[in-house]
Amino acid sequence: MSTGTTKLDVVVSDVVPVNELVTRFHFRRRDGQLLPTFSGGAHVVVEMRDGERTRLNPYSLMGSPLDTREYTISVRRDDAGRGGSLFMHSTVRPGHEMVISYPVNLFSLDLRARKHLMLAGGIGITPFMAQTAQLAADGGNFELHYTCRTASLGTYADVLKERYDRRVRLYHDDRDERIELDRLLSSQPLGTHLYVCGPSGMIGWVRDRAAALGWPAETVHFEHFAAPQPGAPFEVTLAVSGKAIRVGEQQSLLEAIEAAGVDPPYLCRGGVCGQCETNVIAHDGNFIHNDHWLSEEEHRSCKKIMPCVSRFEGRSLVLER
Amino acid sequence: MAAKSIISRPVYGTLSPQPGKHHLFVADADGALAITDLAAKAPDGFFADAHIIFIPGNEGQHVAALEALKPAQFYQGPSFASALPRLKQTLANAHMGLRPYLAGTEGLIGQAMQAALEAGIDHTSIQTEHRGSLARRVQCVHCKGITESVTTQPATCSHCGLLLLVRDHYSRRLAAFQGVCINAEDRSEIPPAEEIFR
Ligand code: FES
Repeated sequence: MSTGTTKLDVVVSDVVPVNELVTRFHFRRRDGQLLPTFSGGAHVVVEMRDGERTRLNPYSLMGSPLDTREYTISVRRDDAGRGGSLFMHSTVRPGHEMVISYPVNLFSLDLRARKHLMLAGGIGITPFMAQTAQLAADGGNFELHYTCRTASLGTYADVLKERYDRRVRLYHDDRDERIELDRLLSSQPLGTHLYVCGPSGMIGWVRDRAAALGWPAETVHFEHFAAPQPGAPFEVTLAVSGKAIRVGEQQSLLEAIEAAGVDPPYLCRGGVCGQCETNVIAHDGNFIHNDHWLSEEEHRSCKKIMPCVSRFEGRSLVLER
Repeated sequence: MAAKSIISRPVYGTLSPQPGKHHLFVADADGALAITDLAAKAPDGFFADAHIIFIPGNEGQHVAALEALKPAQFYQGPSFASALPRLKQTLANAHMGLRPYLAGTEGLIGQAMQAALEAGIDHTSIQTEHRGSLARRVQCVHCKGITESVTTQPATCSHCGLLLLVRDHYSRRLAAFQGVCINAEDRSEIPPAEEIFR
C-alpha cells in the first residue's frame, strides 16, 4: 500500500445526475461507521475496478466537512479521456461496493486569511463546495467567482446562489460574461488569499495576473489535477524490481507499474503532490511531461518523471523502481 | 548583519523590488541606504507608486537622498511613535498589491512588522533589511515594561530596575526581545555590562 493512501471500503449510497455532463456519487462506509474527517479542498482517490483493469482517479470531496456520514464527489464525463469518468457514469450504481483512499488535502484554506477570494472554472467548482460550507459554518469571509460555459452547465451554481446569495458571482461564457480579473484582484483588502481551481489555462492566467499585480506567492493557492492523457503505448524497464512492462494506450505509467505488482508512493495521481517522483536511469526517446510538480529545468534534464500523468515516446526507458 | 541563533530570532534580508501596485517603505536612519540601494535595481517609474515613511533619527541624514527618488508620498517624523498613525492609516486603506519594505534598526523593523501583521499581511511577504545599530527593544518578562535601544548585556530594565539578561528569544507580537532577570538568586551579584548590541 502506498504512503498516505490508506483505503476505505465504501458502498455507493446514491447516484444523482446533475446536468448533461456531471453526475454526483455518494459514498458511505460499508461498516456503517462515520468516515474520517476532512477539510475543505481535500480529495480522495477512487479505485475503479473495470474488469481486468483498475483505474485510480482523484476527485475533490464536495460535501460539507461537517457531515462525515457520507462523502460526495462530482464526476464530469470526459468522452476523450481514458475512460475513468465514463466508467463512473455508465457502470457505477447505488449499492456498488468500491474502495477509496483516505482524504488528502493539497488545496487547503489558509485560515489566517482575512478574506478568501475563490475563482472557479467549470468542474473546478467542487473543492469550493466544501470550502464554502466550511467557511460559512464559522462565519468566514469569502467571495466566489464562478465561470461556466452556459447556465445549464453551471454545476451547482443554483445551490451556491441559494446558499450564499451575493457572495457568489456567476459568469457565463455563452453570454460573453468575463471576470474583470485585474480590477477584482486590485480591489481586495490586505490579508486576502486567492484560490483558483479550473482548467489549466485559467489557472495559469490567474496566477500570472496575481503575481504581476503584487500578490505574494504564499497568498495564491491553486489546484489542477492533470488527468493522465492517453497516448501511444511504450515499454519501460523497472531496474530495481527487475521487470519489463508495457504501458497501454489508455493506461498511465503509474497504473502500469502498479499492474506489474510494484507499489510506488502516490497521493494525488494528478501531477501536483510530488509523491510519485521517479528517477530516470537511462532513456532513448522523448518525455511527455504533464505534471505541475517538476520545474521546467527538471523536465529538460530528463532525469525525473512523474508517472501518474507523464508518458514517454521512444525506444527505451529505464526507471529506478 | 545580525547573527542567526535560535529560531525566533528574526532573519533579515536585502530589499529588492517586488512586483506590485504600491510600495510602502518604512525606514529609520541608515535604513535609507537600503532604499537607495534598492532604487539602483528598480525598474523605471518604480517610485511613482511608492510611499516612504522615514525616521531620520539624531544624525538627521539621508532625507535629501530619499526625496530625490521622487516617491509619490514622503513623510518624515521624529520617532516611530509619531509615524505610527500614518502607517496604520495607510495599511487600513490598502489593497492586495501593496508591498511593504522595512529597513533600519531592529526596533523599527519589528514595530513596523507588527503593524503590517495586524493589517493581515503575512510576515513572509514582508521585505526587511537590517541597517545601522543592533540596539534591541527589550521586554522585561517580570514587569512587562519595554526598554528601547538596549545596547548592553546585561541591561537594566527602565521600568522596574531589574538587571536583565537580553535573550535572542524574540516575540513578533511584541516586536521585542525577551529580558530575564540575570541575578534572581542574589541581587548583589552584578555581572559587568558589555556593550554588544551596537
Ligand atoms: S501522485 Fe501526486 S504527483 Fe504523482
